[in-house]
Amino acid sequence: MTPGFLKVALLVLRKDLAIEARSREIVYTTLFFAVACVMIFSFAFVKEEGVPVDNAAAGILWIAVAFSGTLALGRTFERERYSETLRALLLAPAARPAVYAGKLLGMILMMAATEVILTPMVAFFFHAPFFARPLLLVALLGLGTIGFAAVGTLFAAMLVRTRTRDVLLPILLYPVTIPVIIAGVRGTAALLQSPPEEPVATLWIGLLTAFDVVFITLALWTFEPLMTE
Amino acid sequence: MKKIFVPLAIVTGAMFVAAPIMIGMADYESTMLLVQKIFYFHFATWMAMTLAIAVCGVASLVYLFKASKVAEWYATSAAELVVVFSLFGLFSGSLWGRKAWGVWWQWDARVTMATMLCLIFLGYLIVRKYGGPGSEKLAAAMGIFGAATSPFVYKSVDWWRTIHPQTTVMRTLGDKWPGAWRLVIFCTFAFLFLTVLLLFARVHLEALRSKLDDMYLAAED
Amino acid sequence: MIAVVLNLMFALQQQPTIPEGFVPVTGAPVTEQIPAAPLVIGAYAFFLLLMVFYLWTIWRRIGKVESEMQALERRQGEKR
Repeated sequence: MTPGFLKVALLVLRKDLAIEARSREIVYTTLFFAVACVMIFSFAFVKEEGVPVDNAAAGILWIAVAFSGTLALGRTFERERYSETLRALLLAPAARPAVYAGKLLGMILMMAATEVILTPMVAFFFHAPFFARPLLLVALLGLGTIGFAAVGTLFAAMLVRTRTRDVLLPILLYPVTIPVIIAGVRGTAALLQSPPEEPVATLWIGLLTAFDVVFITLALWTFEPLMTE
Repeated sequence: MKKIFVPLAIVTGAMFVAAPIMIGMADYESTMLLVQKIFYFHFATWMAMTLAIAVCGVASLVYLFKASKVAEWYATSAAELVVVFSLFGLFSGSLWGRKAWGVWWQWDARVTMATMLCLIFLGYLIVRKYGGPGSEKLAAAMGIFGAATSPFVYKSVDWWRTIHPQTTVMRTLGDKWPGAWRLVIFCTFAFLFLTVLLLFARVHLEALRSKLDDMYLAAED
Repeated sequence: MIAVVLNLMFALQQQPTIPEGFVPVTGAPVTEQIPAAPLVIGAYAFFLLLMVFYLWTIWRRIGKVESEMQALERRQGEKR
């Protein structure tokens, strides 16, 4: 009897978390890369007097999330490819979309772990009052991460067998996730104003929700034909 | 399909000869005067691009789920057309913006989203060319996701109030300025016919390539 | 205090509310200084060039495939 959708997804998630918990390689490297990104961008966006450009913090946060997220995607699927476990997963008598859902959940948790440390750090370095409206911020970051990870997991998985996968992933992923990044940056920038512009942020949260629904649905639907040869 | 090619080519050719003449004779717009005349081809090219995106998206879906070779030809041909028409759209928009806004480029909502679409379908072409064996499927994924983002492009101008003309301009044009409305519809149809013609020509190339591959395979026996 | 208010009222009334005649300005605004004709002609000319170029690339690629086909057919003919 084939296990149900949720059960498969959670099994895949548990497997990924177990592997990651032992070495913590991806979480540490992703976080460090994100911090390095923030450092580099700080040189671009901090004026001579040491004061950052207005609203730079919002952009820097999201770019660091996007870049480090791409890295994490690459590393996660490289690990799968190296031990050939992806093929084993696909051969298992489980619904393919459930495998995708499990990997997506793992990816979201990975990116969330990075963001939990990255956001206060960016707020600190750029004097950005991110936490004036914490619930809205969490909604923006959460929905944006889900959207980015949804497309990213699908693309990274389908590129696993491709020779030029490392360079193709950013080329394919970034244009498609531009609406997510724009919505995230604009929404976060709205929260940085004094007073925080809540209706604007809510508008962008709505867009992110729509995006997430459309793209997760598409990904679940197309995962199977994309992964079969 | 091939029978319609020559008559359609003649009609399209005639329309493109007539278009510049009609555009030259059209009235000026009150604030933008001469430079507004870029609008007739600028709007039409985005309609052509939208048609190409729709074809690419549907063909990609058909290819992915039905493994249809012909659908793949249409998808890849349409993707090339998306890039061609969006490049012209961005270029003409830039020239118009230079006069109307004073700058060659603006990171306004619709310009950004249109650039995004161009990049997505350029990515389609890149992955198809450099993705190795099985890259048609990867490209199909790009085509599907690219087509799925295009409704966001259309609505983006309504959500952001920016420097770019709103969607209400086109919706009310028929009532406010019928002459321009007729002309822009004429140019749009000319562009749509052109898209169909170029699609047929490009698909013919793919069909020939496929035939060549079959010949190579047969020769190896 | 009253003097300040009176001065303010006087200063405000000095401003012309609606200019009745022509209002000169040195140097036209940027958008008026750019000639439109080259832009319009440039846009339409670019379209023409783009179409010609694209059709030429299709024609060239078809030519390559057809010559490869002919070469293959010739080789097949020689083998037999």
